[in-house]
Amino acid sequence: MKATAWMGADSVKVIDVPDPKIMNARDAIVRISTTAICGSDLHLYHGYIPEMRKGDILGHEFMGEVVEVGPQVRNLKPGDRVVVPFPIACGHCSSCQRGLYSVCENSNPNAGIAEKIMGHSPAGIFGYSHLLGGYAGGQAEYARVPFADIGPVKVPDEITDDQAVMLADVFPTGYMGAEMCDIKPGQVIAVWGAGPVGLLAAASARLLGAERVIVIDRFPYRLRLAEEHIDAETINYEETDVLDTLNEMTAGRGPDACIDAVGLEGHHGNAAMYAYDRAKQVARVETERPFALRQAILACRSGGVVSVVGAYGGFVDKFPMGAFMNRSLVMRSGQCHVQRYTRPLLERIQRGEIDPSFIVSHRMPLRDAPKGYKIFQKKQDDCTKVLLKV
Amino acid sequence: MSRVDTVLLPELDGPVPATLPSTLGLLSLALGVGALVAPGPVARMTGVDDSPAARAVLPAVGLRELGSAAGLLSGARPAGWAWSRVAGDAIDLTLLGRALADRSGARRRRVALTTLAVAGITAIDVLAAVRIGRAGRARARVIRMEIAVTVNRSPAEAYRFWRDMENLPRFMAHLESVRADDLRRSHWIARGPAGRRVEWDAEIIDDKPNKSITWRSLPGAGVPNAGRVRFVPAPGDRGTEVRVELRYAPPAGALGRAVAKLFGEEPEQQVRDDLRRFKQVLEAGEVVRSEGSPNGISLRQQAMQRPAQPLPASRR
Repeated sequence: MKATAWMGADSVKVIDVPDPKIMNARDAIVRISTTAICGSDLHLYHGYIPEMRKGDILGHEFMGEVVEVGPQVRNLKPGDRVVVPFPIACGHCSSCQRGLYSVCENSNPNAGIAEKIMGHSPAGIFGYSHLLGGYAGGQAEYARVPFADIGPVKVPDEITDDQAVMLADVFPTGYMGAEMCDIKPGQVIAVWGAGPVGLLAAASARLLGAERVIVIDRFPYRLRLAEEHIDAETINYEETDVLDTLNEMTAGRGPDACIDAVGLEGHHGNAAMYAYDRAKQVARVETERPFALRQAILACRSGGVVSVVGAYGGFVDKFPMGAFMNRSLVMRSGQCHVQRYTRPLLERIQRGEIDPSFIVSHRMPLRDAPKGYKIFQKKQDDCTKVLLKV
Repeated sequence: MSRVDTVLLPELDGPVPATLPSTLGLLSLALGVGALVAPGPVARMTGVDDSPAARAVLPAVGLRELGSAAGLLSGARPAGWAWSRVAGDAIDLTLLGRALADRSGARRRRVALTTLAVAGITAIDVLAAVRIGRAGRARARVIRMEIAVTVNRSPAEAYRFWRDMENLPRFMAHLESVRADDLRRSHWIARGPAGRRVEWDAEIIDDKPNKSITWRSLPGAGVPNAGRVRFVPAPGDRGTEVRVELRYAPPAGALGRAVAKLFGEEPEQQVRDDLRRFKQVLEAGEVVRSEGSPNGISLRQQAMQRPAQPLPASRR
């Protein structure tokens, strides 16, 4: 089959690999119809996530048709159209049973590596480094899906591929980011990053009853999406000072909750600040460029919530612990527990409360994956989200 | 000391009674006190009472013996102190040899008898020093570990799976097979490097249903080992804390090196991985595999990951 493989920093290729086969009794094989490039795939593309091997198949957002099931999979049959959550979760460990699927205790065969860096291991993730399991990803013609009796959700005919594939990662991730803000009537929510997750976090904050939603980015075309589709207010951090503007907008209170939907490869309006963290990152003294996180902490209303759904991999410098501690802030975070959200969010799409596919800017065939990575990386052609059609 | 140390391993605890060094120490004490308190009678008995030098040499010998006695009775470095006795014996034999050359008649007979007695003691001291040294090295090689994992299953379920010893190879990576001969005894085969197999018989010596199982290898095992697993209810209704204590003694020489290789540089990590697999089998149904780690969790595989893409047909 054809598959998108990581060939080294800034290099992906569509190569021929063997077709996947059932390896565990709870596996299914899915013939992929639509798969997406995620912002976090760019972290892999840029080489910021450790433990990648040349030839690793990328992709953790995919959907398609079940073609084969292992003997223990009784809820699916060949022909079913399914979307697959990106965290691989067994469903039976204590974490899974508490709904914390992205920290499944059994799905990372390389847990020993992850423990060295993170203390304990999170769940395995499709196509997301050997640190998180060494699983082949879904930017391919077929994928093996472990624990198919727990993860994949059947998609009704009236839901399009473009809508359903949003349920693999970005919509649940954005939704969890908003949910963690514990939004009450009248509250103001600020979102750093107007990529797919930030836009869907902002949209979810609306669904969850936020009074006002403010989105911060530097790309006018992305801020426009926030204004047009979510009725959000926007701040371009390259044009205005974010903290001043937020204080002004909230009459000095600060947003009630702040969502970091940027993660480890942030940009900073101040060139010197950017250069400082970028240099440390290159020298591997620091693994992240946590501008959004620092700013979100400083901006947040005292006693408010900082919700982190942007991806981080290692260590952060200059964490404003003084502000965080003295102003009684709460931080909530996590890779999304997608399995918890797929069905309820599918129902919201069915009821017409939201169409998350408004973020999609590009659709192209799988063989053009290298081009898709390039334009997404360079933010060319007003790119927000690339879908690969198989 | 871990509780599993109370499980007797005859190969380690049997051959050298722990009392051997102190017995030698008491012998040194008696000789030392004798030479210091009654140098006259000792000189007469050994046949050197005619020499003026004996009055000076005997207390010196006595002091030396008291030194050995203190060392042996202290319990620290018993092998070294046992060899100090051998060195003392060598000095005594040299002195007696010179005394023998100078004497004749009844005195010569007494010196000869003394020499014979000291030679006998020397032989015993050499044997004892060798045995004490060997036991000490074996004890130093003993590897002990205590590792635990929390499994989201009841103590009864976890116990039942482990109690069927034939299940052990499903999660203990180095085991090829375990055959239960009866309810207590079993035959274990481990995979060694280069296709070498290590086999031994084991018996369950304590079995508390749903609580703990204790086993040990039977005499004759190349790698004497003992273990205990306890199944403790985890607080907050989170299943069972499975707590494993292991003790094994890799032998010296080629077999020992093979065993060391088998367990790798980090034996604790290997057992930790075994327990992860135990958890996977009980919670998720089987050992979880990925394309990068097609055989599931293993330290060696972690270091030598294949690319995360489907396996070629030849490797299935």
